[in-house]
Amino acid sequence: MSRVLLTGNGAAAWGARLARVDYVPAFPITPQTEIIETLAGWFDRGEMPGRLTVLESEHSMVTAAGAAAATGVRVFTATSSQGLLYAMEMLYAVPGWRVPFVLVNVSRGLATPITLEPDHTDVLAARDSGCLQIHCATCQEVLDTVLIAYRVAEDARVRLPVIVNQDGFYLSFTREPVEVPAADAAAQFVPPFDPGPIAFRASRPVSQAVAVLGGGPYSYFRYEAHLAALAGLQAYEEAAAEFAAAFGRMHPAVECYRSDDAEVVFLMIGSFATKAKDAVDRLRDRGDRVGLVRPRLLRPYPAAALRSALLGKRAVAVIDQNLAMGLGGVLHAELAHALYGQPGAPVLASFVGGLGGRDITPEEFCEMAAIARRAGMSGVAPPPRLLYTESELREVRKLQAVANAERHGIGGQS
Amino acid sequence: MSDPRLRVMKDLPSAHLLGAGTAMCAGCGGLEALHEIYDLLGGKTVFVNAAGCMTLLATYPFTPFRGSWLYTSMASASAGAQGVRDALDILRQAGRLAPEEDLTAVVLAGDGSSYGMGLAATSAAIERGLDFLYICYDNEGYGNTGQQASGATPHAARTSTTTRGYPGFKKDLFDIWAAHRPAYAATVIGAEPLDLARKIEKAVALRGPRLILALAPCPTGWDYEPRETVEIGRLAVRTGAWPLKEYADGRVVHTKLPHPRLPVAEYLRTQGRFRHLFEPQADEAALAEIQAQVDRYWQRVE
Repeated sequence: MSRVLLTGNGAAAWGARLARVDYVPAFPITPQTEIIETLAGWFDRGEMPGRLTVLESEHSMVTAAGAAAATGVRVFTATSSQGLLYAMEMLYAVPGWRVPFVLVNVSRGLATPITLEPDHTDVLAARDSGCLQIHCATCQEVLDTVLIAYRVAEDARVRLPVIVNQDGFYLSFTREPVEVPAADAAAQFVPPFDPGPIAFRASRPVSQAVAVLGGGPYSYFRYEAHLAALAGLQAYEEAAAEFAAAFGRMHPAVECYRSDDAEVVFLMIGSFATKAKDAVDRLRDRGDRVGLVRPRLLRPYPAAALRSALLGKRAVAVIDQNLAMGLGGVLHAELAHALYGQPGAPVLASFVGGLGGRDITPEEFCEMAAIARRAGMSGVAPPPRLLYTESELREVRKLQAVANAERHGIGGQS
Repeated sequence: MSDPRLRVMKDLPSAHLLGAGTAMCAGCGGLEALHEIYDLLGGKTVFVNAAGCMTLLATYPFTPFRGSWLYTSMASASAGAQGVRDALDILRQAGRLAPEEDLTAVVLAGDGSSYGMGLAATSAAIERGLDFLYICYDNEGYGNTGQQASGATPHAARTSTTTRGYPGFKKDLFDIWAAHRPAYAATVIGAEPLDLARKIEKAVALRGPRLILALAPCPTGWDYEPRETVEIGRLAVRTGAWPLKEYADGRVVHTKLPHPRLPVAEYLRTQGRFRHLFEPQADEAALAEIQAQVDRYWQRVE
């Protein structure tokens, strides 16, 4: 084991290398490119056996990933944002092929407007696809999670693709000290890929992804994939425990930070949850009983773990770094689903923030905790809030003034 | 190129490998061609399918294929073939797959996918030199959904979205392939089985991207009686409307020159989709335009 400075992208590539992936179908997109460039270099220099093929789109890339996994090799791929959405038809299709592979998504806000900086609206668009989802908060987690993800994906009870998510820029381009497991230890943890009966061979013809007639067989196969996804909970727990035993780092499905005795809890995913941790420490220093609950696993949804972490709390401030247009925050809606009707359910306060990499400041965490606490006292959920400050609004007004001046200047109209 | 094994009709395989009783329509010209192709290709194949009529060939729990099948999507069958081929190559190179377990990746796609939605994925597969056989059954419209006009629809054909005749012109997929300089590309038709078989024989002996583009007379889409499929196919060739040719080593060779070439109207009048060119009175201008197109093509060839 060695400790080196790695970006999130570098950590993802190391995860793939240590999992001894055979095949990387790829397509470049910012901020994911460093992952595939790193892997391409290793393949080209013979430091890694296998092959990287650049497809002409993410839709083709995910098709090739599924097809190769269905032929019996270990597959890794990566994308981001618009690329994930371009691949969406296939992301919904390949889980039904029951092929395990790992896709790292480097979260980036979706158009429109175009941006390069992160939020989770991209990856949450895949939440109902049948691909499992694990969300990382540090570069170390990215590497470790890729290894754990192969164990879960290839588990005979599961056999589904797993998306490992990291935030663009905040993790993808940020160097952190990362423990890189020794190759033999990683190989022990991720054994050679056993494709089982799902592999095309001349002596053993297989018909994959065929049509069905009627809702009966259709429902059967859809339910089967859903139950396999749910089986991912147990598979994840086992893999994470084994990982902790082998490497000394525990990555639970739901991380609880100073939340045991907390009255008010932040609920967040991804790298911005580290900002929430910092806010928890500050609020604790003031004597406020605040904690953080961070689901790493989003699919399958760890409802039981979230209930056990949150029932009995006064209030939860759910901070969604995503926006479901016309609804609000996705995590808020899903948490309400897990807690509704449960005795001791906390009041939920919904906040949307951090879109397109917008910062969430310590003052805002402090204010969100206060709003959640008041809601907990009154027992009434507050209206959802979209985080935005007056100074941000002033900045946008300035840009709008410039845009207007430019338009009238060029158009020659008053 | 080596001396062909298949010289006369009785050299063709007598046993049919593709099972019967599929969901294809009676008189399907695409299935006719596929039968002939599959007899020569055999079961050591993975058919990677794009959305289209033939997606219904494999309907759970049945398949007419002796080998494997993978349905992908309308746009990405060629990428599926890439994944399969890459995986097989990786396994072979690593000694994890015995040579006799290896398979040929075959794309099976209709014209809707081949001429349109799937073209980018296919173009990229050709440029990467993917070792695969691409079969397009071209019934000149989105047949599975009721024959809407596609990029393969010929000029003046009535479709369910061009009720007064398609104003555009059929895209030349053979030339698009040839421009990529693939290992092989050929047009075929089920009604000319010996010509078809010779081309399959050549294609299977080569490596790299290979196209078999089969015109697929379609009783439901083209509006004619199923028993006419073979005759309409022959007329497509004898009127010069569907040139039989192949591309190899940078050259295009026509494998069947229609002599004498019949007037194209004899082909068109067999199909309801062109009836408006003949009834209630003949649209002489349109017929002359279509004939002139065919003539221009053959003037370039001859």
